[in-house]
Amino acid sequence: MTWLLEPDTTGQKFMLMVVAVVLFAAVMGLILFLVDRPKRIPSWVVAAGFVGVPLLFLAYGLLRPGLITLWQSFFNRNGSEFIGFDNYVRAFTEGQFQQVLVVTAAWVILAPLLSAVIGLGYAVLVDRTRFEKLAKALVFVPMAISMVGASIIWKFVYEFRPDQANINQIGLLNQVLVWVGLPPQQFLIGQPWNTWFLIVVMIWIQTGFAMTVLSAAIKAIPDDIVEAARLDGLHGMGMFRYITVPSIRPALVVVLTTIAMGTLKAFDIVRTMTGGQFGTQVVANEFYTQAFRQGNQGLAAALAVVLFVLVIPIIAYNVRQMRKSEEIR
Amino acid sequence: MTSTPTPGQAVAGSALDEDVPSQQLRKLSRLERRAIATKGKLSSPWASAIAIIIAILWTIPSLGLLITSFRPQEDIRRTGWWTVFTGNASFTMDNYNEALYGNSNDLSTFFVNSFVITIPAVLIPITLSLLAAYAFAWIRFPGRNFLFVAVFSLQVVPLQIALVPLLSDYVDWNVNGSYWTVWLSHSIFALPLAIFLLHNFMKDIPASLVEAARVDGAGHVKIFFRVLFPLLIPAIASFGIFQFLWVWNDLLVGLTFAAPEYQPLTVKIAELAGTRGGDWYLLTAGAFIAMIVPLIVFIALQRFFVRGMLAGAVKG
Repeated sequence: MTWLLEPDTTGQKFMLMVVAVVLFAAVMGLILFLVDRPKRIPSWVVAAGFVGVPLLFLAYGLLRPGLITLWQSFFNRNGSEFIGFDNYVRAFTEGQFQQVLVVTAAWVILAPLLSAVIGLGYAVLVDRTRFEKLAKALVFVPMAISMVGASIIWKFVYEFRPDQANINQIGLLNQVLVWVGLPPQQFLIGQPWNTWFLIVVMIWIQTGFAMTVLSAAIKAIPDDIVEAARLDGLHGMGMFRYITVPSIRPALVVVLTTIAMGTLKAFDIVRTMTGGQFGTQVVANEFYTQAFRQGNQGLAAALAVVLFVLVIPIIAYNVRQMRKSEEIR
Repeated sequence: MTSTPTPGQAVAGSALDEDVPSQQLRKLSRLERRAIATKGKLSSPWASAIAIIIAILWTIPSLGLLITSFRPQEDIRRTGWWTVFTGNASFTMDNYNEALYGNSNDLSTFFVNSFVITIPAVLIPITLSLLAAYAFAWIRFPGRNFLFVAVFSLQVVPLQIALVPLLSDYVDWNVNGSYWTVWLSHSIFALPLAIFLLHNFMKDIPASLVEAARVDGAGHVKIFFRVLFPLLIPAIASFGIFQFLWVWNDLLVGLTFAAPEYQPLTVKIAELAGTRGGDWYLLTAGAFIAMIVPLIVFIALQRFFVRGMLAGAVKG
């Protein structure tokens, strides 16, 4: 029965998959069957049958590990000695980590803002045109691609060949530079601009999300508002500035905060494109490096906690804005 | 402001509103009015130019990858992919053969892994969160609100915070690296968002339906399967696609928990990008192999996905 843990062939793998799904269905079926006996049972037993397993999963797999990580962040690299806030002090004062924090801040500010700006602009521009569906689909498709896939796509765009007479550029961006008469650049190596070229990939992925949500919000603006503004002589940029943007403010906040949180946790792009070298490291990837390469559990735990703490202001902002827009209503 | 609808406007209106055919008539006139109100927006050549530039920027990189993946190795190394439009066009499937079945990099194995990981990691959390969402929406029990808020707020916990303690447990139990750990981890991490989203959909179902079934003597299990489940199919599809894309495209969980022989495609491709960064014939084909399944799912079921996303984003 070793194939239950270590399947070798494709057949065994698929069989294992079926076993897992059937086993799960059987267990859940049994639980539901037990709480559905016809005799009178208190409603909390029924509720436990429904929410018991999910809550156990969450308590075991998120809550408990979160607390352990918090605890570990006060210990040294192998957890043998309590060192108080030293890991945090290190993460915020050592030059190497300060650089990581600055780069992370650049990601969290630039990626959501530019995705939202481009997504909003594009949504307004193609709104109610003949090509709306196609135009939206083109920008939307990158959302289906993994960050690893997107990184490879863009790494190829940035590909650099030395500037010699008989060597052609094969990366599009460098070829464009050559066409306009400039020397080709090593986009992923030159600091600090390389971070910008990585952020571009995130913007490329997230703009579709921003566009879809904002476009739906634009379409939901009541007509009488638009018409009244129009009668007052607003159009073009004025309409956009004084009617469209204020009306979709809540959706805009959701887009910005969702992308900011996604960006904060994402490490795939940096890991695939530069491996965090050349001054492009971000907190999420530094966590991975410390935990699984350097084996510094304490510091890794502290970085994970920092990630968590950095999310809190974003959430707080989101909640405040939601409250505000509900008051207006 | 209203005028007789021209055929062009009528088509545009119906294309936009195909989700709500019953309201089409009313909306059509609404859209018409708006179309007139916003008329002239795109007639500005600058606006059209910007829209076209954005559309091109968002398409060209993927197109370059796709074309390159079909070019012979030699050509890829010597010339850019755009030269296929100027007479340098020869295509081959060799890159895909090499990537899928080559000696050192048989991506076909990892393709299987991605499937084996993804399917249970979609089915299990959906089932669990449907049940939980039902309980939070329709069963009265002590502590319900507190527990729901607790689950809701777990959404913000970054996965990174849970990885190391979970991994050390898996090592202790001697199941480290197996599919089981990947399935379990994905299922756990998906729950907060899934419960929250499905609860939103669940709440939208009229209480009178549930009450009527209860008066007829149906228990919660029966109500769940007979009354709510059929109504929730679109919501389940929305979240199912979302979770499918998430798991298939995930790097972090696969990298941390799966043993090398059970890793998903993303992990293998990311590794190739590190070790064979210059072998574009391999990377382009590999990247496309990893993308093809989510692309098909996404394009075929886009409408469900958009609906789910809007529900999550606008209500959340």
